[in-house]
Amino acid sequence: MSQRVATTSAPPSTGKRTLTLAQSQSRFAWILLIPTIVVVLMVGLFPLAQTFYFSLTDARLASNRPVNFVGLENYLYLLQDQQFFRTVGNTVFFTVVTVGFEFVLGLLIALVINSNFRGRGLMRTAILIPWAIPTVVSAQMWKWMYHDIYGVINDLLVNQFGIFNQNVAFLATNTTVSLFAIAAVDIWKTTPFVALLLLAGLQVIPSDVYEAADVDGANKLQQFFAITLPLLMPAILVTLIFRTLDSLRVFDVFYVMLGNRRDTQTMAIYAQQSLVNFSDLGYGSTISIAIFLIIALFVVVYVTFLKIEEA
Amino acid sequence: MRSTLMSMLLVMSMILAACGGAAPAPTAPPAAQPEAPAQPEAPASGAVGVTPTDLTGISSEITDLPAVFNAEAARQYAGTTLRFYGDAIGLGSDMDKAMAAKFSEETGINVVVLPRPQDATEFYAQIQRFFQAQSTETDVFMMDVIWPGAFATHLYDVSDIFAAEAKLHYPNIVENNTVDGKLTALPWFGDFGMLFYRTDLLQEYGYNAPPTTWDELEEIAKTVQEGERAKGNPNFVGFVWQGAAYEGLTCNLLEWFYSQDAGTFLQDGTVTINNPQAVAALERAAGWVGSISPKGVVSYREEDARNVFQGGNAMFMRNWPYAYSAADTDDSPIKDKFDVAPLPVTAPGQPAGTVGGWQLAISNYSQNKGAAVEFVRYATSPQMQKWRALVGTFVPTIPIVSEDEEVIEAMPFLRNLSPVVRVTRPSRETGELYNEASTIIFQSANEALLGSTSAADALARAEQQLQRLIR
Repeated sequence: MSQRVATTSAPPSTGKRTLTLAQSQSRFAWILLIPTIVVVLMVGLFPLAQTFYFSLTDARLASNRPVNFVGLENYLYLLQDQQFFRTVGNTVFFTVVTVGFEFVLGLLIALVINSNFRGRGLMRTAILIPWAIPTVVSAQMWKWMYHDIYGVINDLLVNQFGIFNQNVAFLATNTTVSLFAIAAVDIWKTTPFVALLLLAGLQVIPSDVYEAADVDGANKLQQFFAITLPLLMPAILVTLIFRTLDSLRVFDVFYVMLGNRRDTQTMAIYAQQSLVNFSDLGYGSTISIAIFLIIALFVVVYVTFLKIEEA
Repeated sequence: MRSTLMSMLLVMSMILAACGGAAPAPTAPPAAQPEAPAQPEAPASGAVGVTPTDLTGISSEITDLPAVFNAEAARQYAGTTLRFYGDAIGLGSDMDKAMAAKFSEETGINVVVLPRPQDATEFYAQIQRFFQAQSTETDVFMMDVIWPGAFATHLYDVSDIFAAEAKLHYPNIVENNTVDGKLTALPWFGDFGMLFYRTDLLQEYGYNAPPTTWDELEEIAKTVQEGERAKGNPNFVGFVWQGAAYEGLTCNLLEWFYSQDAGTFLQDGTVTINNPQAVAALERAAGWVGSISPKGVVSYREEDARNVFQGGNAMFMRNWPYAYSAADTDDSPIKDKFDVAPLPVTAPGQPAGTVGGWQLAISNYSQNKGAAVEFVRYATSPQMQKWRALVGTFVPTIPIVSEDEEVIEAMPFLRNLSPVVRVTRPSRETGELYNEASTIIFQSANEALLGSTSAADALARAEQQLQRLIR
């Protein structure tokens, strides 16, 4: 293949500019990449640019009022909008709790189902069930389970195991209890997904490394920290980035289970409220740009601290 | 190369994440429901314009619709196609399709019934996008009772066309649908909040009648709750309602306020939400949480409350009429053990029910307005409302239909509730800012109910925010 390219791309010079092999290959690569770049620009960059443009205006959806360019006014308002910072706090708290638990639990499950046992295939399929249920459905399901009168969780805790004396209103006691109750739903739902991603990473680690470690006398714990964890790093990174970005824009679980409560709003709910409920395209776009920047910040942190280039 | 690909992937996921943040799936508030006030100008039997008011011989079969009385006038539009956003699921959807088929058959106008998003907020967003694009894709659509103010400029002015028909309906709803003197839609069916109570328990604990004041309700709820808990049901509660932070709480709050002489949040362009009676009313409700109402009530919506009540675990419930038919089915544990009454009052307030429900509106961008007018005239007529009441227990918006004996037989609660004042939310005054106003109201009330702030502080803050909003 490369030979053929080399012969065709190096004809005797006729006075025109000639290309070296590397140049012609790189040009060919760019030609192949153009469709992808065009699509990315269209579905990614264009909406982003448009959102940024709207964030500088006072536009409203379906309104007859003329649209005015207001410069950075929306951004100045955002900086003193306490509710926005509360939503950022809620979202980051939720993200840290869920991603943390999901990662640890997911890794444990991945290690277990990576070992050899009967029914492994069935097990791997079965753990995916929570992930396969649409979030809105599972959120409603959990809302019923959490119910303080007829919920199964209260029945178990109070009547079956006697852990509490009386029913607990998980979704209505206070902000912290509500946030943890929601986090539990997300952890239940997404841990299988994390486990699956990590399992894929585990399966590409060659077994001869472990054999060598056995020969050298390393115990299982040493093997895990010296071999498994470093070699799993690329998979861990992808998993963490996926889950973090997902958690930062959490919407459906909160909306179904807690409605539009002020103290438990997330960034995405706040943006949706401005954009859709209030038709406030200008300020809603400003919030969206702020969310974009916050998510970008997380990605930069991951890339810097986990050294993605080396992975 | 690998790291380049990786960073591209990252950029893409960031962009996608941002888009997700910018336009998440909208979710929904409760269906609002319409109904009407007292003292209708009852028209004598006969007809209003071409609309007949004769209610005899209306069938309760879904296959047997009232005749299309305006078929002759409509036939001039034969061959055109109307797109109608109707109910998407259940009996309502079947009835819409049957009505469209009947109308098409007799007029030659082809009516396409499009399923609306079931969630009212999502439907709102969709209609909003249609109007934003001045789309001709929709001609007639269902409109929630709180939308006329927001959509008025995009709606066909039917003030003159339906001047006679409008007089048939409850004046409060017609007034609600009239924005700056322009009638935007005719009422189609409607609901209002009411008090459900357990007749068997009322009797067992020695009360002769359902409570008429909030004090009485609290006393009965407390007695029955204590009694039932002592008899071995630790989950029994006195009173359930809708306390979650969503549109339904605005409806509940409006009833508490109006029935205790605390106004309707906004009056004549002035914010009146913060007054002593209002603070007392909200304090009273906050006092229910954890005493006669479960703590979880501040996360309840309609179905949460209904499941508690229908499961036999509550003495009282505030809900919409749909809960009546739901709790009256054969497999319901409380069938024949409950009834409804007007919500209680504190003197000098009057019994109130927040109006919910749906109107039929015509888009200003429709290219078949003539045909659309005839379709709406047929769909909202007294005969059609009676058919819808008998077949699907849709609450009529026309007094002569509500008072019809056959309709009362199908919906016995209509008789008990004639004294209820049907109060409308301040959606007309706030126009396109209504959702924002309502969000301020229900979020503030929800905080007070949760106990994270006092009723006085919550209302003071809401007052401030509302003033800034409508300024």
